[in-house]
Amino acid sequence: MAEPLIELREVSKDYVSEAAIVRALRRVDLVVERGDFVAIIGQSGSGKSTMMNIIGCLDRPSTGRYVLDGIDVTERSNDARAIVRNRLIGFIFQGFNLLARTTALENVELPLVYRGVGGGERRRRALAALEQVGLADRIHHTPNQLSGGQQQRVAIARALVTNPPLLLADEPTGNLDTRTSLEVLELLQRLNRSGITIALVTHEHDIAACAKRLVRMRDGAIQIDVRQEPTDAAAALAALPSREAEEKRA
Amino acid sequence: MKVFLAALRISLRAIARAKARAALTVLGILIGVAAVVVVVALGNAVRDQVLEQIATLGANTIYVFPEDTRASGARVAARPRLTEADGEALVREATSIAKVTPLSTARGQLVVGERNHPTTIMGIGDDYFDVMAYSVKRGESFSAVDFRLKSKVVILGDSVRKELFGSQDGIGEYVRIGKHPFRVVGVLAPKGQSPFGEDQDDRVLVPIGTFRARIQRSAPGRVQLLVASASDERTVERAVTQIEQILRQRHRIDPDDRPDFGVRTQAEIRKSNEQTFTILTALLSSIAAISLLVGGIGVMNVMLVSVTERTREIGIRLAIGAREGDILLQFLVEAVVLSTIGGLLGLVAAIAGIAVLRQIVDWSFQIPFDAVVLAFGTSAGVGIIFGFLPARRAARLDPIEALRHE
Ligand SMILES: Nc1ncnc2c1ncn2[C@@H]1O[C@H](COP(=O)(O)OP(=O)(O)OP(=O)(O)O)[C@@H](O)[C@H]1O
Ligand SMILES: [Mg+2]
Repeated sequence: MAEPLIELREVSKDYVSEAAIVRALRRVDLVVERGDFVAIIGQSGSGKSTMMNIIGCLDRPSTGRYVLDGIDVTERSNDARAIVRNRLIGFIFQGFNLLARTTALENVELPLVYRGVGGGERRRRALAALEQVGLADRIHHTPNQLSGGQQQRVAIARALVTNPPLLLADEPTGNLDTRTSLEVLELLQRLNRSGITIALVTHEHDIAACAKRLVRMRDGAIQIDVRQEPTDAAAALAALPSREAEEKRA
Repeated sequence: MKVFLAALRISLRAIARAKARAALTVLGILIGVAAVVVVVALGNAVRDQVLEQIATLGANTIYVFPEDTRASGARVAARPRLTEADGEALVREATSIAKVTPLSTARGQLVVGERNHPTTIMGIGDDYFDVMAYSVKRGESFSAVDFRLKSKVVILGDSVRKELFGSQDGIGEYVRIGKHPFRVVGVLAPKGQSPFGEDQDDRVLVPIGTFRARIQRSAPGRVQLLVASASDERTVERAVTQIEQILRQRHRIDPDDRPDFGVRTQAEIRKSNEQTFTILTALLSSIAAISLLVGGIGVMNVMLVSVTERTREIGIRLAIGAREGDILLQFLVEAVVLSTIGGLLGLVAAIAGIAVLRQIVDWSFQIPFDAVVLAFGTSAGVGIIFGFLPARRAARLDPIEALRHE
C-alpha cells in the first residue's frame, strides 16, 4: 500500500490559560489513506475542530508529530505551512468564509493568486471549478446575493480550484437544510470518487452515513473508528419528497 | 512583480470600499504635503527676492564702521572714531578701492508749512550716489560749493517728496529741519523697498559737512560710516585687506590689538542673509512637516482600524495559502497607495496655491523641484513607516483566531 496521506502520531493539544488547562486532544493516532472519506463525529467540545485545524496546518500540536503527504509539517515555518495549505489542502467551513463584497469568481480565484498563477489561467481554472459545483451562472454574484447552499458550493469550488489531494470540511452542512446538505454531500462523494481524500466533521448521522469511515471522538480521544458502507447521497436526495410536494405541504 | 500587482489590486479595492475614510486619510497627507511644498516655495521666493535686492546694492560695496574696543581689556583705548580723512586716505592709498563716501544718519522732522514728516537724514559725500547706486531724478545733485560751504541744501527721497509736496516736485522750495530752512535741490529716483522691508525712498540727503554743522553737531571730519566700493567684484577681498592695513596704520593700532573699526562686505551680508533664510525655511518646513507627521498618524490609525475590521478576511486569506509576506505587502501597499494619493493631490493643491500666490504678490515663485521630490518621497515613506506596524500586526495574526473573529 502507498504511504498514507495523513498521519497523526500521538498528537496532543493543550490550551493553557490562567483559569485552567484544557486538554483538547489526548495522544491521538490517526492514519488516513489516500482516497478515503472520513466522517468525524462526537459531542460538542470533544476536540473535532481542534484535530481538523491541526490536520489543516492551521494549528500546531502541543506534542506528537503530524506527517502530511510524506512531509513532517509539525515544525515547519509559518510560510512553509502556508504553502502546504495552498497546495495540498482545500478548506470548507461551516460559516462558508467567503470574502464579502467579492464575486464568486474572484473568491474562487483567490488561492491561485497566492500561488502566483497568472490572470487568464486563474480565471479559466476558477470557471472550471465553479462549473464543477454547478454555479457557472452565478459567477458574478457576491456572497450576499447567493443562498447558503450556493455559498457553500462557491466555497467548495474555492477549495477545489488548486486540485488539492485533501479536502477538509468542518461542519460544512451545519448552516444548511437537509436537502441542501445532501446536495453538498452528493458533490463531495463525486469528488471523492475522482480521487480526492475527504475528512468531514458533522453532528448529523445521515451526513456521517455518507462517509466510508466513521471516527467518533470523546474527550479529546478517538473512541470508535470503523469502516462502513456509505449511503449514496444522490439516492437519498431522490428519496426526499420533491420540492413541489414540500411546498404544497407548507 | 506579479505579487506586487496582486497586492495593489486588493488594496485599491479595499480603499474603494471605504471611500469616506480613505478620503479623510488622504486629506491629512494632502494638507501635510501641500504645506511643505508651499512653505518651501514661499521661503525660496522670499530668499531669492532678498538676495536679488541685495545684489542691486552692489556686490562690491564695503562698509567700514567704528568699533568700541574698550570692552576687550583693561587698557583704556581711544574712543572709536572714523573721519572723512580716513575715507580720503582709502581712496588715495588703496589700489583696489574705486570710491568712498562718508555716511552719517540721524532721525529728524521735516516741516513745510502745515505739513511735517519724520524721516532719516543722511549726511553724505559726493560719491554717495555712485557707491550706493542712487541717482537724482529731478533737479540736480549737490555742487562742490555746497560741500565746501556746508550749504543748507537737501535732496529728497521720493516718499518724502510725496508726503511734503504731493504731486509737485518741490524743487526750489524750502523745508525746515530743526530750526534751519533747507532748499530742495533735487529728488532721488525711487528705489522701493529694501530687502529688510524698509522704504528706501524715505530719506533725505544733505552734504556731510552740513550734517555735522546743522543736524547733529560732532567733531570736525567725524563720520558714522564709510562706504567704499571695490574697483571690481573680484577685488573685494583685497580691498578689505588694504582697508585694514591703511586704517590700522592711520589709527596707530598694533598688529596684535583689536582694531577700533570693523569692516563688512556686501558678500558677507549676503551670506549671513542667505543663512538666515535657509534656517528660516528649514524651520518653517519642519513646522509644515509636523502636519505631514499628523497625516502619517492618520494613515496608521486608519490602517489599524482596517486590519481589525478585516481580521476575518485575513484569516481566510491565511487559510487558503497567503503567506505572512503576502498579507504584510497587501496592507503596506494599501497604506502607501493612500499616502501617495495624498502626496499627489497635495502637490496639485500646492501648485494651485502657488499659482494663487503669484497673482497676489509679484514674486518669482518656482515650484521647488526638491520639495516636490521630498514631499512625494516622504508621503510614500510615511505610508511605509506608518503602514508597517498595522501591516505587521495583520501578517502576524494567528489563522485560527483570525477565522474565529466576528
Ligand atoms: N483557543 C482555545 N482556547 C482554549 N480552549 C479551547 C480553544 N479552542 C478550543 N478549546 C477547547 O478545546 C476543546 C475542544 O474544542 P473543539 O473546538 O475542538 O471542539 P469540537 O469537537 O469542535 O466542538 P463543536 O462540535 O462544538 O465544534 C473544548 O473544550 C474547547 O473549549
Ligand atoms: Mg467544532
